[in-house]
Amino acid sequence: MAVKPFKLALAGFSAIGLAALAACGDAPTDDGGDDNNAEASFHACMVTDSGGVDDKSFNESSWAGMEAAADENSDIKVSFKESASETDYDPNLQSSVDDGCDFIVGVGGLMTANVDTIAEANPELPFATVDGLSAIDNVYSVEFDTAQSAFLAGYVAAAQTETGTVATWGGLQIPPVTIFMDGFAAGIEQHNADKGTEVELLGWDAEAQEGTFLNSFEDTAGGKSTSDTFIQQGADIIFPVAGPAGLGALTAAQENDAVYAIWVDTDGFESTEYGAEIITSAEKGLANAVRDAVLAAYDGTTGGEYVGTLENGGVALAPFHDFDSVVSDETKAEIEELTQQIIDGTLVVESPSSPSAG
Amino acid sequence: MSTETETPAPEQPESAETTEPRPNFMRLFGRYLIEANSVMVTIYSLVMAFFIGAVLLIVSDEGVRSTWTYFFARPQDALSASWNLVYDSYLALFQGAILNLNTLEAFRAGDVEFGNLLRPLSETLLNATPLIFTGLAVGLAFRAGLFNIGAQGQMIFGMLGALVIGFTLNLPAAIHLPLAVIAGAVAGGIFGAVPGVLKATTGAHEVISSIMLNNIAALFLVWAIGSQFLHSETKSELVTKPVNETATLPTLLSSFNPSLRVNLALLLGVAAAVFVWWLLSKSTFGFRIRAVGFNEHASATAGMRIGATYTTTMAAAGALAGLAGAALSLGVGASGITTNTALEYGFDGITVALLGRAKPGGIVAAAILFGALKAGSLSAQPAVPVDISILLQAIIVLFIAAPALVKAILHLRAPRGGLVTLEAKGW
Repeated sequence: MAVKPFKLALAGFSAIGLAALAACGDAPTDDGGDDNNAEASFHACMVTDSGGVDDKSFNESSWAGMEAAADENSDIKVSFKESASETDYDPNLQSSVDDGCDFIVGVGGLMTANVDTIAEANPELPFATVDGLSAIDNVYSVEFDTAQSAFLAGYVAAAQTETGTVATWGGLQIPPVTIFMDGFAAGIEQHNADKGTEVELLGWDAEAQEGTFLNSFEDTAGGKSTSDTFIQQGADIIFPVAGPAGLGALTAAQENDAVYAIWVDTDGFESTEYGAEIITSAEKGLANAVRDAVLAAYDGTTGGEYVGTLENGGVALAPFHDFDSVVSDETKAEIEELTQQIIDGTLVVESPSSPSAG
Repeated sequence: MSTETETPAPEQPESAETTEPRPNFMRLFGRYLIEANSVMVTIYSLVMAFFIGAVLLIVSDEGVRSTWTYFFARPQDALSASWNLVYDSYLALFQGAILNLNTLEAFRAGDVEFGNLLRPLSETLLNATPLIFTGLAVGLAFRAGLFNIGAQGQMIFGMLGALVIGFTLNLPAAIHLPLAVIAGAVAGGIFGAVPGVLKATTGAHEVISSIMLNNIAALFLVWAIGSQFLHSETKSELVTKPVNETATLPTLLSSFNPSLRVNLALLLGVAAAVFVWWLLSKSTFGFRIRAVGFNEHASATAGMRIGATYTTTMAAAGALAGLAGAALSLGVGASGITTNTALEYGFDGITVALLGRAKPGGIVAAAILFGALKAGSLSAQPAVPVDISILLQAIIVLFIAAPALVKAILHLRAPRGGLVTLEAKGW
């Protein structure tokens, strides 16, 4: 009788597998170094918001911070659990406690209430909530006043526009997004008031808290067509506040001469492939804040609050990179001065979504 | 490659080839095992899915992959690492879905209370609940020859319908909860009837129109949650108001432990399955559904109103999917729903219905299996990638949908009645 197809398939599978894996190497003499500090005594765990750990947005940045903490201190090991929706928060937080985690980070303001509940049930464990404010003693709150960095970005946009029209659009109408748009709008206002310009902002009305939203953080095609519409209306600088969907604005900028973009969250010159289109970025130092939170928890700190500002470097305006020669020294000096004023407190950038406004 | 447990054992001695003068039970059973009937195809599909899942686990794990690079130098490394990985991963899935052995040990030692032991099962049943409803929604339509891809949208409207009644009214729980559940069914039913009406009046195919209506529902949900009427008054994120206590589905096991989230909707789901069974096999309406599903032309000739059957079947299917939505917004989502609450339960309902062969009992079993996979994979993080459950579901359904493939791979014998393939008609 012929060989059974099942066995044939199995043999084929094995052959392909072996070939692909090039199974002829030498056996290692030792068990080799473990890169994730497997023997560490302190286990820091992170529970992501929906979107997953590779969302090119706050989950990914927070995870980068966790890994940075593990790199810095070999006695810390880190792991994460992903949530598909808010109904996964509770089981993920609970099983993190059951797994014996020594520090548990919940990412996203929506999770704050769940973190509070489990923190109250486990008062001896330190917790942290990212992008949320908690009143519980053993929960460390990490928030960012990104209106400040977006304000500077708005001022740069108003100084650099040729057409007198700039545009912004968001992923979803939620505070971590609209705070950027508020700051951006305020920065343009500042430039108009200081320099007598009449730069117009499309896509966000800070007064009415209404604007253009994609209702997605993934839809790059939608991001491009939204950006194209604004470009047709005369905008020559686009500020997308939408995570990966914002890449659509960068492709739109690439296809149109004399149209540029300002990136958000990270330094887009380094994190994207469109550095030549990006004037600057309104940075939010999530990774650093999370890293510091983990290191602090390792040292025994529990609870407290951190608000990232221009003063403590938690938020910042990224370097101009390719546009360093394009942005005038005058503008640069003014940015310097505005930064100083914000740090001094003589200039207050306000947004209904600011951490201080709750 | 660790073939230790995953290799199914279909290769029974083929001595049954003889003309079997006096078939005894064992021989008949042996024949049954190597035949591509629907039960064995389902079992073999599960076994093969877990086998392929094991291969993918091995290939995707960097540590284990590195041991294969020196396979010929020291094969025991690769084999034991692969075996350990697969064993640990599936054990972790089991512990998260059915019974956590570590908790059992702690319970024996008196460290934890009994309720903690039930948490994996509670999560499995909680995740299965919406799948029972959406599986029934797809399965019922299947029987009328309709392919209802719109369960996702119908569920979203059911979610919103139940939510609106849930937070606007102030009634005693005995009236409020049933009213909110019914509102979910009605909202889903109305939305579900649309493709039925379109098919009955214009001939528009329900696959196309229900897919499109899913997008409409998903975008409507985003808009609705952001509207002043629904949006939370206390939270600034994109989340709705919570439903009143009186409209919240009571949990079944929380007297053991407050973290046991399985709620009354599970019992409603089982009741719905019994009802659909009765509807299909005992009622006139069910006879009409099945008749139209078998042969619409013959049914029309026999005097049945085909268009009306399409519309009412789709409305009933929509109502079932709407109940899935009500189970979410009055259950786990009672503190406010977001754009993610609905997950993909509507689309998963299609695979549940396929695996359950569009039969109510099968759908309940399939929903519990998929619920267990989700609960298991969620709790097995970070040791096991969370996508493994989606992967297993997909492979299972791939085999279920193609019994000829299973038959060919495992060299099974053809069953007497021929291969059973579930398909929607009406193209």
